[in-house]
Amino acid sequence: MGKQDRWGLDVSTWAARLENPISARLRDPATTGYLGIVLGAFAAFIAIPPIEARTITWPTLVGLVAIALGIWTVTRGRRRLGWGAVASGLLGIGLGILATRSSAGNLNSAFDATLVAQTLGFATPLVFAAMGGIFSERSGVVNIGLEGMMLMGAFWGVYGADKGGSWVVGLLLAAGVGGVTALVYAFFAIQLRADQIVGGTAINFLAVGITGFFFVLLYNNSPIPNGVSLLPNVHIPGLPGFLGDSIGDLNILTWASFALVILAFLVLFKTTIGLRIRACGEHPRAADTVGINVYAIRYACVTLSGVLAAIGGMYLSEGPLGNGFFQFNMTNGRGFIALAAVIFGNWRPFGAFWAAILFGFADALALKLQVYSDSASTLFHVLPYVLTLVAVAGVIGRTVAPAADGKPYSKQ
Amino acid sequence: MTAPGQSPSPPAPPEPEFGDPGTLAARLAIKQRAGGIVVPIITVVLAIFISILVVAATEHSFHTSLLAFQEIFRGTGLNWIVHPTTNLQTSIPAYNLSQTLLQTSTLILTGLAVAFAFRCGMFNIGGQGQYLVGLLVANWIGVSFAGMNPLAHVLFAMVGGTLAAAAYAGIAGVLKATVGAHEVISTIMLNWIAYWTASWLLGVGGPLQDSSNPTSPVSKQVVPGARLPDFWGNQGFQGVHIGFFIALSCVVVFYVLINRTTLGYEVRAVGFNPDAAAYGGINVKKNLIRAMAISGAFAGLAGAIDMLGGTTNYQFGQLDIPFSQVGFIGIAVALLGRNTAVGTLLAAFLFGALLYGSFHGLGASSVIDPSLATNLTYIIQGLIVLFIGADVLILSVWNSRKKLRWRWGSKTVGAST
Repeated sequence: MGKQDRWGLDVSTWAARLENPISARLRDPATTGYLGIVLGAFAAFIAIPPIEARTITWPTLVGLVAIALGIWTVTRGRRRLGWGAVASGLLGIGLGILATRSSAGNLNSAFDATLVAQTLGFATPLVFAAMGGIFSERSGVVNIGLEGMMLMGAFWGVYGADKGGSWVVGLLLAAGVGGVTALVYAFFAIQLRADQIVGGTAINFLAVGITGFFFVLLYNNSPIPNGVSLLPNVHIPGLPGFLGDSIGDLNILTWASFALVILAFLVLFKTTIGLRIRACGEHPRAADTVGINVYAIRYACVTLSGVLAAIGGMYLSEGPLGNGFFQFNMTNGRGFIALAAVIFGNWRPFGAFWAAILFGFADALALKLQVYSDSASTLFHVLPYVLTLVAVAGVIGRTVAPAADGKPYSKQ
Repeated sequence: MTAPGQSPSPPAPPEPEFGDPGTLAARLAIKQRAGGIVVPIITVVLAIFISILVVAATEHSFHTSLLAFQEIFRGTGLNWIVHPTTNLQTSIPAYNLSQTLLQTSTLILTGLAVAFAFRCGMFNIGGQGQYLVGLLVANWIGVSFAGMNPLAHVLFAMVGGTLAAAAYAGIAGVLKATVGAHEVISTIMLNWIAYWTASWLLGVGGPLQDSSNPTSPVSKQVVPGARLPDFWGNQGFQGVHIGFFIALSCVVVFYVLINRTTLGYEVRAVGFNPDAAAYGGINVKKNLIRAMAISGAFAGLAGAIDMLGGTTNYQFGQLDIPFSQVGFIGIAVALLGRNTAVGTLLAAFLFGALLYGSFHGLGASSVIDPSLATNLTYIIQGLIVLFIGADVLILSVWNSRKKLRWRWGSKTVGAST
């Protein structure tokens, strides 16, 4: 071993990489490890439509290559990555064989373009709430109350659309109520320096009570009448085949959620405001010293998180999932999945976005796999939570929260 | 940092510093000193007062609102004291009181679960998941092994449910102790894992679902031999089972464990300041895991006695899962009870009465819709938790009280910061 740099990497490998980047990359065990993981996934993928190999030969072959790459990676010292590739290969072979055993009709109905559309649809509320969570947590305030704020949006959104006659009214009402709920939370969490977990839990309880109370009061415990103005879909004409089926008819908020992710990334990492927000989350005292108003930033971020979470919640009742429907406690843990997406995505907009897509995929797959077994497909709902548990355990990689996340700040 | 506040000697405890209240347990200790039982009472009164205003505003009548709360009070069965009778079949107050007691016994245990973890400086949000685990394991044992000796069967089911939940909560403890994963995140995740796994187990075609009735997603009933006996009323009429006394004895167990044993001392020491505890030779990791497991055991026992005692009619359905909130309410119970044994008991009784009185106890009330009143209970609960979380508010009240005394010319109490 030669001289090491401050990350513990061998300086000579660094030099080699600089001289000959591409071939060095190829010889790097990390590359083969990742390649193995991707190949493992690919082994399962070729057995399902649109490729749909009907023999077990191809999935098995590709899976074996993935396992071989994994073992090679393990021998080169990247143990965790290598074993990941081996597991991915085994899983790929298993799923591939399962898929070839199932009937072609079932396969085609489970794995088609609408799976993509549904994945994006299920991910939309999570993306909105997760972006809210990122802003709040990046500014140093843990927001367990996302669930409650979503629930507020779900009810007041459909109420606004019903009484106001337009989904725009619903959206504004949802955003407003979500903002006010978040403001109440912010007052307790920031001004009164209440414990943020306790405060967030209180918001969740309150939201269940308030939405349930007004649902009974305003609708007399009967379903919301038909014909409520719903969030419209954006129809893109002229997209061919697969593209048309998957993204040709997405909800307006789904498109908005894509824009939101990019916007959140730009604001947080490319603007002065974003730098200030992150400073408040990492070291509020230092931020205060250079003249940043920590309280103002935190108030703004928490309020924004409530607005975004409520819009995500409104999608549940007013989007294609709900179609103008409200039910007691209807968010059913989605706020917590959004929180999980924030953690899984390491408090970064794009990370959280991909996590939300993954969790949305689990939901969509659970729905699709009902053609095989209604009861067992329920288990797919567990996936986001297990993955997050694995992620916080540091098995997949380390997640690092903002340093001052959850710590109340008092001015001096 | 604030001192643990253990010194019984006369000199006033150090003024709590305003800025960094330190660990959760230390914060809670501050609150405990600040006001004792007065603050929880004020919190409850304030929360109920606000909800009276809410009803008054929505019903456009203050009088109706007061009538509604009188109805809720009747629904709790506390007016039983005026008409005491032991016959549940004929007396509505007696029946309501018996149901309030059933609700209370569950909440005592889920409250103790949260309180125990708090004492070790951890926030166990996972009571609901641990409750479900205890409930389902008790159901599984209670349904299978039909030929067993009744006493052995009941004990087996109860211990099985408790230990399973302890192990389940232990996962969060292990993750915290080994890789530092925050217990709030991991217990939330464990909650939802339990939720969906239970959904699968009880769903149509699931392993625990009653196969003799294939279309209904409900479990089998626990066999009569594995049921807890009732001491008030009978099984046909959902009487009060001896789970009530099990819950009461757990309050004693909690008190003794926390205040009179080495284990409790270590748990509290870790809760106040893990670094100081480690310096004092206490194995912090071991205590975190142990406290979490004991915490889960309380919640699991709650699930087990609910199942074996008939609170859930000896079975559980897929559709009951989203409406089961007792694990979450345990958080409010523990916070209101200041994480002490007796406090938790009292808070559990309050919430048990509110919960039962505002829904089933109301029956066909003409004053307020029972489903409206149930949601009112959730609002009250949310307000209580919200106010309790605001320790600075309480501290400032506490401090201004001291200043007031000083201004009135009695002995000078330490200079303020």
